[in-house]
Amino acid sequence: MANFYTDNPDLRHHLTHPLMEKIVALKERNYTDAEKYDYAPLNYEDAQDSYDKVLEIVGEICGDIIAPNAESVDHDGPSVADGRVTYAPATQENLDACRKAGLMGMSMPRRYGGLNFPITPYIMAADIVSRADTGFENLWGLQDCAETIYEFADEEQKQKFITRVCQGETMSMDLTEPDAGSDLQSVMLKATEQPDGTWRLNGVKRFITNGDSDIHLVLARSEAGTKDGRGLSMFIYDKRDGGVNVRRIENKMGIKGSPTCELTYKDAKAVLCGSRRLGLIKYVMALMNGARLGIAAQSVGVSELAYREALAYARDRKQFGKAIIEFPAVYEMLSVMKAKLDASRSLLYECARFVDIYKIYDDIAKERSLAPEERKESKHYSRLADALTPLAKGMGSEYCNQNAYDCIQIHGGSGFMKDYACERLYRDARITSIYEGTTQLQVVAAIRHVTTGTYLNLIRDYQTVEVKPELQALKNRLAAMTEVYAKAVEKVTSVEDAAYGDFMARRLVEMAGVTVMSYLLLLDANRCDSFTRSAEVYANLAQAEVSKHSEFINAFNPAEVSLYKVD
Amino acid sequence: MSLNIIVLAKQVPDTRNVGKDAMKEDGTINRAALPAIFNPEDLNALEQALRIKDANPGSTVTLLTMGLPRASEIIREAIYRGADTGIVLTDRVLGGADTLATSYSLAQAVKKFGNYDIILGGRQAIDGDTAQVGPQIAEKLGIPQVTYAEEILELKDGHVTVKRRLENGVETVKAPLPCVVTVNGSAAPCRPRNAMRVQKFKYAASPSEAAKLSDERKALLEKRPYLNLQEWSAAYVDADPAQIGLPGSPTKVKAIENVVFTAKDCRVLDDSDAAIEDLVKELIVNHTIG
Repeated sequence: MANFYTDNPDLRHHLTHPLMEKIVALKERNYTDAEKYDYAPLNYEDAQDSYDKVLEIVGEICGDIIAPNAESVDHDGPSVADGRVTYAPATQENLDACRKAGLMGMSMPRRYGGLNFPITPYIMAADIVSRADTGFENLWGLQDCAETIYEFADEEQKQKFITRVCQGETMSMDLTEPDAGSDLQSVMLKATEQPDGTWRLNGVKRFITNGDSDIHLVLARSEAGTKDGRGLSMFIYDKRDGGVNVRRIENKMGIKGSPTCELTYKDAKAVLCGSRRLGLIKYVMALMNGARLGIAAQSVGVSELAYREALAYARDRKQFGKAIIEFPAVYEMLSVMKAKLDASRSLLYECARFVDIYKIYDDIAKERSLAPEERKESKHYSRLADALTPLAKGMGSEYCNQNAYDCIQIHGGSGFMKDYACERLYRDARITSIYEGTTQLQVVAAIRHVTTGTYLNLIRDYQTVEVKPELQALKNRLAAMTEVYAKAVEKVTSVEDAAYGDFMARRLVEMAGVTVMSYLLLLDANRCDSFTRSAEVYANLAQAEVSKHSEFINAFNPAEVSLYKVD
Repeated sequence: MSLNIIVLAKQVPDTRNVGKDAMKEDGTINRAALPAIFNPEDLNALEQALRIKDANPGSTVTLLTMGLPRASEIIREAIYRGADTGIVLTDRVLGGADTLATSYSLAQAVKKFGNYDIILGGRQAIDGDTAQVGPQIAEKLGIPQVTYAEEILELKDGHVTVKRRLENGVETVKAPLPCVVTVNGSAAPCRPRNAMRVQKFKYAASPSEAAKLSDERKALLEKRPYLNLQEWSAAYVDADPAQIGLPGSPTKVKAIENVVFTAKDCRVLDDSDAAIEDLVKELIVNHTIG
């Protein structure tokens, strides 16, 4: 009887952010779809009401079906026989519920049978699903591969494949190979063109989430003799055509319900998606950005559950004659967990809104040429989305790991046993800072926005917002923190030493991240009082982090990098 | 084969999560303190109906409910899950009905509806727990009934095969159509609301709801006829005033009290008239009834 959407008012707070009115009007082309589709919104209020009602369905399925199934899914897991994967029975039940509820292809246009939701409410659904079952979020969330088909495939392919995704077929993205993990340029899977224009795929893929899906996006080498990313193209493989088998599924630490497959391709028929040679350099980059936002949402869902489980236990557990939540050591942990949860969620939705705006403009640009003002705006938000995505993924995933750790800590010895959900959560959380690019790779993606000033400019924008008098002191503190960050950036970038720059990148990105999140919580508190506590608690944490990194940078002699080098 | 399927449903106070203020001092239910919900076992019945529809394309599922005008909420709820339409039988003169008057009124509505192949309903409603209305409707319509249904196994050649969940096991029975099937809570849960249908039908309204709407929303109802839900009155279903509402209800509530069961045993009677007569006499003697 639980509803994971309605029991969490913070979600509605983010859903009704002032920028949403613009996003929805753009997405709905000023509500002109209402003439063609009887389920399209009539105006902004109507659209918001629909998002609310649909998220209520998501929340209900999560509370009543997916969350209660999570333990058995974790225990049973999927199995493989004769090259095919069978999901755990409860996973199948979860998928059936999502299909019947029409929650597949949520962000796809109506002409393919989608709901035409902006990314923001779709990502909110991912946040909710992840709280119910982190591993299941993968299977459900892979629907956002359809986004790549929508952006780059031809119309015939869109009609064929997106329509099927909206009807409930699952997807996978087949990128990783035994010798191509973080370094996707080394992908070797061979694609050979046939006289009829289709292709045949041969080779092996590894660590493929939901690898026995209905529709695969496959990165393969179409240009024989090449060795780098420019020889790779993107293909769509339809399971109905056959040729791909699951050799084994991995025995993993967490997200055990989600099958991670090793795949063999034997003359598997596939079609080219988009243009040759753009597979990695354009399409996978787009695909990964979408997927990273998905993992950021997954991470927030984990943080949410970690906080709730820890809070419930701390209220219930009595030691020394009182509930342990009354001890400062415990309530501090809980408050910090909540602050990290709130901070990463605010960053997630800020990022989702920015992604929404530029993606919608990209889509509009296919129908008509954009006005100069629109082009400028699109570029602005595209840059911001590019800057916030690695922060949301990198820091969100680290926070959810920290929260899962603290959740077990609050449970004490009981948390180490398999009796409580926190044990599963701890294992499930661990992958979030690894897949779709490790935290270290998120730093690589984010650092140029430190050096080019994207983050600082964004912070300067936040500084122009007038806040309520009672928040002014907090705002002043954040301004001082920003200057510490700016000075640290100046110091590091003034040294011309690549190794030193890479060495310090993590610190600068974290400083940018905590400062951005501090401002976002300030603005949340400005809009809704219930965020004030987290804004204050998080600012304390952020200020300490910024000082710590600043001191390290100031005291560090660039020549000392060699001290850390291990052969 | 396309079928006309009627699902009987009731909007009930949510007695599963009862707080301190659930009962008024006079022993009647404090409806304001309890949210109104779709009677749970009626949702199980709806799922069976929707499965019949899935297996027989072109079939229609119509929800029939008797209650206050606000009962159209459960019609929308049913439509979100896949029902085609619904009718609220609502009228002041129907108020205060016991199971006898209720089943008479609903049977009249079914007759008015006319061409139906199968009627499904929940075993019982959680506010009264009588399990009498479904069977009484079957009697009044003069058609067979199957109670405690857990699953409709097959529906073909004018017959329905049903698995029944009984105290000590299951029983599979076959009945000719049309018939009434009352569905047990152990049957498959109802499918979730569908995102697209919610968006399509969320503005569906009955005439009494429409009367209170803005001009804009009224215009929408006119533009999209499928959004108009039906309301039927007692007169519309040709109900005899003496058999409906309070006048048609021999049951009179004397008092309601909280009873905690102390007896741990149950007695199983055979289904002879004599055995039932003996039990009724016993209950009258010990003042359980009468």
